[in-house]
Amino acid sequence: MAEGGNAVIDIHQVSFRYPEQETYALKDISFQVYEGEWLAIVGHNGSGKSTLARLLNGLQFPETGSITVGGLPLSEENVWEIRRRVGMVFQNPDNQFVGTTVQDDVAFGLENHGVPRDIMVERVHDALERVRMSAFLDREPHHLSGGQKQRVAIAGIIALQPKVIILDEATSMLDPVGRKEVLGTIRELKSEVGLTVISITHDLEEAAQADRMIVMNQGQVYKEGVPREIFQMDEKLIALGLDIPFPVKMAKALKTIGFDFPMIYLTDEELVDALWTLHLSK
Amino acid sequence: MMEKMIFGRYIPGDSVIHRMDPRSKLIFVFVFICIVFLANNAVTYAILTAFTMLVMLLSKVPVRFFINGLMPILWLVVFTFFLQLFFNREGQLVFHYAFIRIYSEGIRQGVFISLRFLLLIFLTSLLTLTTTPISLTDGIEMLLSPLLKIKFPVHELALMMSISLRFIPTLMDETEKIMKAQMARGVDFSGGSLKDRVKAIIPLLIPLFVSSFKRAEELATAMEARGYQGGEGRTKYRLLVWRPADTLSLCSLAAVTVLLVLFRDGGIL
Repeated sequence: MAEGGNAVIDIHQVSFRYPEQETYALKDISFQVYEGEWLAIVGHNGSGKSTLARLLNGLQFPETGSITVGGLPLSEENVWEIRRRVGMVFQNPDNQFVGTTVQDDVAFGLENHGVPRDIMVERVHDALERVRMSAFLDREPHHLSGGQKQRVAIAGIIALQPKVIILDEATSMLDPVGRKEVLGTIRELKSEVGLTVISITHDLEEAAQADRMIVMNQGQVYKEGVPREIFQMDEKLIALGLDIPFPVKMAKALKTIGFDFPMIYLTDEELVDALWTLHLSK
Repeated sequence: MMEKMIFGRYIPGDSVIHRMDPRSKLIFVFVFICIVFLANNAVTYAILTAFTMLVMLLSKVPVRFFINGLMPILWLVVFTFFLQLFFNREGQLVFHYAFIRIYSEGIRQGVFISLRFLLLIFLTSLLTLTTTPISLTDGIEMLLSPLLKIKFPVHELALMMSISLRFIPTLMDETEKIMKAQMARGVDFSGGSLKDRVKAIIPLLIPLFVSSFKRAEELATAMEARGYQGGEGRTKYRLLVWRPADTLSLCSLAAVTVLLVLFRDGGIL
């Protein structure tokens, strides 16, 4: 579904290194993000994933190369407009909660962009409705669970009505329930509002659900493709310090005792289907 | 840990006082602190006490919260009381035993000054008990806004205040966590000599500082990513509304001030 769509983000030969460092955090990276897709970026620690996210939001500027967001080139003048278009949810739910209460936090971004108060109230309520947190308007952050805080963070972003939402390991500090909740919320939003999602993640089950994946290795794009293609690499992924999702592992283990599967299965359901039909055909 | 903390604690409620504008409450408390010093005899103290009681009743906050708020400062109240009692040498000698001499004026002053303390503590804790931290910050920002003319960073101050308030519980939780983690490794926080105790604080303090720095950095990044560019060009989500009750409360305070001036010793009457 991705190829051929309109590119929302165009990254062209971008290199970046942190000040006073010899090695490049990102080296000669080029790819495009298409409208309405779910792109997962995976890679081991220090492969440059998070740096990439910071570049997309103008928190850092590339040393060479160019980044274009929705036709707007990233530069000092455009950076605030780009931040309005590209929302970012960070890893630690506690450290990105600015407001004293839930509604203040959602309003924070709107206040920054000078949105008039009556529109602000409407958007805050609407955004909280969407993430199913409207019952928590006046709650303080320390009374919320991690998953709830992340949902508030997402509400704060969608209140700004961005085109792209970047999840910078947004679920990595959550328990499995919270993770499922947050991802479910984003998936719903994506189909409702037509968001483009860039998810930077260690969670391969999550990446397996994406439309497209980019594997990063030592500051470079190692491989780009749909999850099924990527997880075919199997041993190579493990050599890169990554893992493979459980169904793929399971199928692999079954293969060693004589089962034969025609393809890669990414979800439990696909594998279960394959197993019971296999049993029937025997 | 949070349960014992009364300082800056807000008790949700729905009373006249809760609904008042934070600005009027701040002005009210400030003026009250000043006029408490006008009282210098039984009548004026009676007026002040009655007035404070009335305000406390109106707030519908359970008395135990006021008592809790008082606890940490109680020793100061008691200390000043005894200081007056034993060292004030005016008036008649009431009691004499060995080296202890208690004079009538000492008792009078002791009672008055402790009462003054109590009134101040009750009214100031009423402010935090009935006002959410965020509206307090809003109120302070608005009241300080004239200072913008002399380039005082009012918005920055208000933002700092609201962020600190928001992080108090988070940091308390973290302190407790670090404390327990260090206790699990054998650090003894509760026993030993003064020197040992101070030493035991270090493995608590350093990680707390380091993590606060990290927190601050992450928070700043998140704020920037959400378009925070400073106070200019920002709109406000919270709205402060000045109601008749606010004007009324300040008028009543003015009336009390007039009464105090009339009835105090050396006053007009």
